Amino acid sequence: MHSIGTVARIALVAGVIAALPAAAQDQQLTIASAGGAWQQAQHNAWYAPFAQKMGIKFNEEETSAGMARVQAMVQAHNVTDDVVTVDTAEVLAACDSGVLVKLDWSKIAPRDGFLPGAARDCGMGLDVYGDILAYNTDVVKSDPPTSVLALFDTKRWPGKRGMQKVAANNLEWALEADGVPPDQVYKVLATPEGVDRAFAKLDTIKKDIVWWEAGAQPPQLLASHEVVMTTAWNGRIQNPIDHEHAPFKIVWGNEIIEYDMISIPKGSPHLDLAYKYLAYVAQPENNARLGQYIPYGPVVKDSVKFVPQDVLPKLPTAPDHMANALPIDMEFWADYGQDLNKRFNDWLAK
Amino acid sequence: MSATATLTMADPALAAAVRRSLRGQRMRAALLVAPLFVLLLLSFCLPIAALLGRAMYDPTIHDALPRTAAALAASPGEGVPADTVFAALGDDLLAAKQNDTLYNLAKDLNNLLPAARSHVLRTGRGLSQDKPQTRADFIALDPFWGENATWFAIRNGTRSFTTSYLLAAVDLRSLPNGGIGAVRPDQAIYLAIFTRTFAIAAAVTMITLVLGFPLAWLLANLPGPLAARLILLVLLPFWTSILVRTAAWTVLLQKFGILNDFLLALHITDHRLDLMYTRTGLIIAMTHIQLPFTFLPIYSTMRTISSSQMRAAYSLGARPFVAFRRVYLPQVMPGVIAGCLLTFILCLGYFITPALVGGPADQLIANFISNYIDIELNWQMAAALSCILLALTLGLFALLARTFGIDRMKLV
Repeated sequence: MHSIGTVARIALVAGVIAALPAAAQDQQLTIASAGGAWQQAQHNAWYAPFAQKMGIKFNEEETSAGMARVQAMVQAHNVTDDVVTVDTAEVLAACDSGVLVKLDWSKIAPRDGFLPGAARDCGMGLDVYGDILAYNTDVVKSDPPTSVLALFDTKRWPGKRGMQKVAANNLEWALEADGVPPDQVYKVLATPEGVDRAFAKLDTIKKDIVWWEAGAQPPQLLASHEVVMTTAWNGRIQNPIDHEHAPFKIVWGNEIIEYDMISIPKGSPHLDLAYKYLAYVAQPENNARLGQYIPYGPVVKDSVKFVPQDVLPKLPTAPDHMANALPIDMEFWADYGQDLNKRFNDWLAK
Repeated sequence: MSATATLTMADPALAAAVRRSLRGQRMRAALLVAPLFVLLLLSFCLPIAALLGRAMYDPTIHDALPRTAAALAASPGEGVPADTVFAALGDDLLAAKQNDTLYNLAKDLNNLLPAARSHVLRTGRGLSQDKPQTRADFIALDPFWGENATWFAIRNGTRSFTTSYLLAAVDLRSLPNGGIGAVRPDQAIYLAIFTRTFAIAAAVTMITLVLGFPLAWLLANLPGPLAARLILLVLLPFWTSILVRTAAWTVLLQKFGILNDFLLALHITDHRLDLMYTRTGLIIAMTHIQLPFTFLPIYSTMRTISSSQMRAAYSLGARPFVAFRRVYLPQVMPGVIAGCLLTFILCLGYFITPALVGGPADQLIANFISNYIDIELNWQMAAALSCILLALTLGLFALLARTFGIDRMKLV
């Protein structure tokens, strides 16, 4: 009997020991983001330190499906993502359709501590990035472009140009190139005539466009000389310049400024931990840390003083980058995006 | 006469015992197949049926506007309805706003009536308990509510069963007068895309046949060990993932890629050709990927034909062409048809290669279906396009089966 008792006790102790890491493992957070250099930067700045601080496991998913993935999960009542990163326009739309948690800001950070429009009902801003133009100095040797609108001047800069395969940004730039001042762009684009005008302008360069879809493509298009210039997200161009000495140059004139957002899908399996992660990222010194790994600016006002001096001039919000900059109007895209994207896709297919 | 029938005559009792034991065997066989059958049903047939059902059944608008639907049903007619319907609409929109269904309502109504989304969302935002509920109030808020087209779309939507998506998938729409008409020319794209899909599939099938047939003949008539080694060259790429092969072609076809370097070095061209993001590049890549699919059935058929048959034909006086045409070709036809059919149908569903190698004007129907599922979240339209593609593919298959006889197609 004695020996059986000992065996039972050993088994019990062994079971407890085995269960200990299992309990810690159980505390895990799953994030779905857009991959590439940006997700790597998030990993360095936020995922890894947060996981270490909380003693949890951090699962990183990479997806370009964004809100479609969340919609499918919520509809199937099988939500596996705890937090997801998305575009602002998607956040507004998904918030209206009820697939995202309406954030309780008392669990995160004061809402007025964020840049205007960065703290939404269902989404928290993560960073500020710029939609910019980039070129390869091995290809464009003289007469460097100074504005994104160089896209539309095929006489001065002949050759293929890379553009993102979406309606947003491209329609704005088309109107700006057609002479609409940045602060009038959305007013014009809200009218059917304005939309016709934007598409007519895009028509003039349609045959010269190479369309990209993933953020990692523009630097490849530049490196392979496939295009003379391409639109891109500034961090995806700055990183190869900084780390691989790629002969790329960023053109800031007429850049469009956007926020990356983070949201919690309804039914997130680890809601408390998800809130803790948002609160962690919203702390000023943490929010500033992303800039060290990819030159995207902080969205928390108090963060600016934590951004290293050598990073500041690379940010889309640096003062001398802001000439003619246009902050994207996410309400506009939430309202009109469906029709404009459909028209854009029909236009592409012709 | 079957064995059991013979037994029945000899000994009825024994025959019954044999039947019982055979029934047991059949039951066991059925049980063995049952898991596979259930798996196919649950993981293949049902999801496909459910998705295709979305092409015609969309309860979103009806569910979001239950009172409006009831009020409309109570007062049949056309055009802008009376105040009772508007009062119901006001209640429905307020309720939809509270339980987060307003957006889905706006989105699905927008599928039936372009630009409806922003009107619905704006009206929803402006609505409150003590705000307008009459027809005049709604129209004052947004003239959108006083238009016949709006109410045609709402009546259509609250019916849940709709042909709008299927019609839209073939560039048609239902008209307020009950008829069917063409969509606006700048929106009419799907017929062109279906035509493009079938044309590219046909071109790739023809090229793989022209390349694959002589290759199959060569390999089928080489001595065994050499043929085995050479066939590995066909199979190796066949075993490689389609994504990897497509990615490899993007490297080869680039403006500053290997193929262009090669052509320039040989002075075949004097400037770098645009091969990426073009129809030519797409057909090259698809041909490479599909070649084994056309080749293998032809090859396996040719292997079964003894070379002595052709020799016999010659010795009986047939010229080489006649011998080929009347002795050889009829025997390899099942393989040719199977190979071509396999390649053609696989090409109809091509997605990743057009997405990576083709330009915007080379996207096939699968790319549009994927766009509707992943980006637009318009699963009804994706389902409608899938329905049309499935119907066209099955129709084509039936036509070929009828022309050549299904038992003559050597599908494996």
